Amino acid sequence: MTDPLSAWRGFLDRPNDDRVKIFGVALLVALASSVLVSTSSVLLKPYQEAHLEAERAARMAAMIDTLPGLRDVMAELGVDRLETRLVDLGTGAYVTGIEPEGYDFAAAAADPDLSVAIPPDQDIARLGRRAHVAPVHILERDGALLLVVLPVAGRGYQSTIRAMLALNADLTTVAALAITEQAETPGLGERVEDPDWLALWPGKEVMDDSGRIMISVVRGPASGPHEVDAISGATVTSNGVGDMLRFWLGDWGYRSFLDRLRAGGL
Amino acid sequence: MASHWRHLVTPLIAGNPVTLQILGICSALAVTTSLQTALVMSAALTGVLVMSSAAISLIRHHIPNVIRLIVQIVIIASMVVVIDELLQAFAFAVSRQLSIFVGLIVTNCLVLGRAEAFAMRNPVWPSMLDGLGNGLGYSLVLVIVGSLRELFGQGTLLGVTVLKPVAEGGWFEPFGLMQLAPSGFFVIAALIWIIRAVRVEQVERAEHKVLRTRVPR
Repeated sequence: MTDPLSAWRGFLDRPNDDRVKIFGVALLVALASSVLVSTSSVLLKPYQEAHLEAERAARMAAMIDTLPGLRDVMAELGVDRLETRLVDLGTGAYVTGIEPEGYDFAAAAADPDLSVAIPPDQDIARLGRRAHVAPVHILERDGALLLVVLPVAGRGYQSTIRAMLALNADLTTVAALAITEQAETPGLGERVEDPDWLALWPGKEVMDDSGRIMISVVRGPASGPHEVDAISGATVTSNGVGDMLRFWLGDWGYRSFLDRLRAGGL
Repeated sequence: MASHWRHLVTPLIAGNPVTLQILGICSALAVTTSLQTALVMSAALTGVLVMSSAAISLIRHHIPNVIRLIVQIVIIASMVVVIDELLQAFAFAVSRQLSIFVGLIVTNCLVLGRAEAFAMRNPVWPSMLDGLGNGLGYSLVLVIVGSLRELFGQGTLLGVTVLKPVAEGGWFEPFGLMQLAPSGFFVIAALIWIIRAVRVEQVERAEHKVLRTRVPR
């Protein structure tokens, strides 16, 4: 066995049409490239995360700005953002003892200790797992609920779409829908973020009087208070948003929490 | 050493990759709606071109001919990913605007063209200069096109109002067509026209000539 250096020289001295050389060069180039790409990805992750976090906060703020009169109410109450509370999705009760700041809803869904597998027949949002605890954002005045904002997530066409659903005090009427994260097809599913499309949502009613979840995204002209037009050319993404909302309003989502709120338990 | 500088200078106008070789056109159309995106795209492409030229030139004697395109593309693609990650980390807003076009540098014929035509056959230093020259030549076109399209399409340059639009109480009526893709073609075509009017040697010879024929009676 020769020493590594002369073996390396021997490898380089092989003719370029030699099979060992062809496979060896391919392997080495692939290896060097993957090391380069993964190193840069890992090193730059914290910076990118900071931008994404700032963007999420900005979108939350932008969503609040779209709600008529809400900023005035908040100024009157002397708050500049909504109060965040943690909710146990199983019981619908508030969780105490964990700081809402620093709780990562998306990361918790991937942690087996903090989440539960969703039965496949119930998993209409195609998430696989769901965290036990969710951070909800609430605005109240003198003990009366004004607005509740629920973080939701669901599978789109090629990415997981994350959004904030703001419900009015009746817990049925959509106040606003804001997309906080998506990586759908540029130019097609990407338009899920389009303000014109999101503007179709306010005023829609997610449930009928009996509490059945009615909200849906439809192809063709939407009719009635429960339907929203799909984005043309992005049916899968649009349906993903509809499925996501139905999932999160249902038994595996915020139903018990919303029932509790409706019963007056703020 | 001094003779290497021609690799840097020639591609600026005389051998400009966009106007003479008509390479890298699709990105030149897509990202030139404003000067800022054009500048960032130029920097990204120039960075990729210099790094990939250097890397490919460094190992050029050991790239087997049968897999040379794959090797070149792998190297170019990883440089592009690195640049894309850098933009997402340090120029987040612009990287959102550029969306897929930074990733599409991989398929920019300009980069692969320089790798095939130059870096595979020349030492590292001239290859880097050639990459830088071609990157700057591409950048020059993008900056001109981006400035014209932003100025006449929105009345601004780098977001600063230069020509005050009517909507804001000024006199300038923004020329909406300049913001659409076809105007990218028009501006590039005009540039090519101007350059070839001055440098007549760039005008391509017609491939076919219509012969004078006599119609038989």
